[in-house]
Amino acid sequence: MGKGGRGWSLGLAGLLSPVTIWLGLFFLIPLLFILAYSFGKSGVYGGITLGFYPSNYLKVFNPLYLEIIVRTFVIALTNTFLCLVLGYPLAYFIAFKSGRHKNILILLVMIPFWTSLLLRAYAWVVILGGNGIANRTLQFLHITDHPLDLIFTPQAVIMGMVYSYLPFMILPLYAALEKFDSRLKEAAQDLGASRWQTFWRVTFPLSMPGVIAGSILVFIPSAGEFVIPNLLGGARIVMVGNLIQQQFLEARDWAFGSALAVMLAVLLVGAIMFYVRRVGSEKLEEV
Amino acid sequence: MANTKGGPVYTGLRKIPDRVLLLFAGLIYLFLYAPIMVLIFFSFNSTKNTQVWTGFSTQWYGELIRDTSVFNALKLSLTVGLTATAIATVIGTLTALALSRYDFRGKTFADSAIYAATVMPEIVVGVSLLVFFVAATIELGIVTIIIAHVAFCISFVTIVVRARLAGMDRSVEEAAQDLGATPVQTFLRVTLPLILPGVMAGALLAFTLSFDDFVITFFVAGVGSSTLPLQIYSMIKFGVSPVINALSTVVMISTMVLILGGSRFLSRGENA
Repeated sequence: MGKGGRGWSLGLAGLLSPVTIWLGLFFLIPLLFILAYSFGKSGVYGGITLGFYPSNYLKVFNPLYLEIIVRTFVIALTNTFLCLVLGYPLAYFIAFKSGRHKNILILLVMIPFWTSLLLRAYAWVVILGGNGIANRTLQFLHITDHPLDLIFTPQAVIMGMVYSYLPFMILPLYAALEKFDSRLKEAAQDLGASRWQTFWRVTFPLSMPGVIAGSILVFIPSAGEFVIPNLLGGARIVMVGNLIQQQFLEARDWAFGSALAVMLAVLLVGAIMFYVRRVGSEKLEEV
Repeated sequence: MANTKGGPVYTGLRKIPDRVLLLFAGLIYLFLYAPIMVLIFFSFNSTKNTQVWTGFSTQWYGELIRDTSVFNALKLSLTVGLTATAIATVIGTLTALALSRYDFRGKTFADSAIYAATVMPEIVVGVSLLVFFVAATIELGIVTIIIAHVAFCISFVTIVVRARLAGMDRSVEEAAQDLGATPVQTFLRVTLPLILPGVMAGALLAFTLSFDDFVITFFVAGVGSSTLPLQIYSMIKFGVSPVINALSTVVMISTMVLILGGSRFLSRGENA
């Protein structure tokens, strides 16, 4: 191991060439491929003619597809908001009120975090299914007298998403709150702030890095989600992820599928940058 | 309560808002665990019903063991997971060394590419690799699955190892070199043992990500090769069955043991 330093050297080239080859060849170049395909034209038998045809992008404005795109963002935003609202109090509780049980409580959040998303979606397929536990509980409580359509609804998809992504929100929130210096809270209260004021003017703004990190970790995968709407939304609640999958594996319109994928990537990266800038700068003004 | 050092402090649960918070926290934990518990519970049901309890039985576990397609999928998942982890851990560690020790032109680009690989939606990565493999006429199968898994694991290993390198005292390396150790000796005898907990944590993360991955694998697997998540997905699509509950139980408990064991092992490494 050299002492490091500035500029290129043989040692540095040696360290970096494997990652350059692997990520270049199997991450960046494939992205350029779908960018090129997105401007191509799909043939009848799934072949593709490269060129510069904007028609794939214009197709997105077809009301049928526009509805799917809007639905995707509404579901992903709702999920992010619900995870924040449900996750924040829990992260706050673990960070400030759990005393000596702190480690076990955070471990209990990490276990579902490490459990396969597919299996956690399956749990809800069983629970919300035709004669599932949810329906039987509702009938037992006399809320309804016949099984309701719980699965294959937007609510089922959101339920599955909140369940799957909640730990992704709690962990960064906890990490941010855990670093919090309680003397700041005491100072605010000594200066006459109520508990409520202290929270909104001191604790919450200082936990902003956790809120941003958690929101990104939840929003990105839920906007690109394809398993949960597939299992819990069925043919009725289609999201962009399902639409892309259909273009590639069923309709074999790879040009349109590529255009959708490029758009999803650009919109998500754009959304993150906008969010980090906005919320980030407000946070700076606050300090 | 004495609090001279700052940091969170335990103030008890005397006040009403705190009790509301406690109740809320309890409900969230119930929400997180009840569905998993229901899943595990019905894997021991005596009939094919996954909804109504009819009696205790372990027959679904027996059926699971006899299911050769599940066994083959598990074998493929382990092969892919171990191979991809080994490759990604080596490449990721080298990358972390380059990024934390050198300042070079293009570093910002390298940083953003590595970060982008972690936030890019899986479906985009999956379809772009599918397009690439088909265009390059590489046959879809175990090789393409491993290539794809290495690609998405490298960044995570890099980030974890780099964090460990950032916290490392470099004067030991300098001391070794002053005493005449070559760069390779210094790396193998000094640097590597010091960053080993970070490397192991990166490897553990890579293995879990590879073993659990569904979306990217779904696009690059081709027809013949099913990893465990692909197998589970096709079973769920075929219909709810207590065999899936049994399989879920086994997978969840194995993951839990791996993570708990791994984190204990790693925390021992941290203290050493």
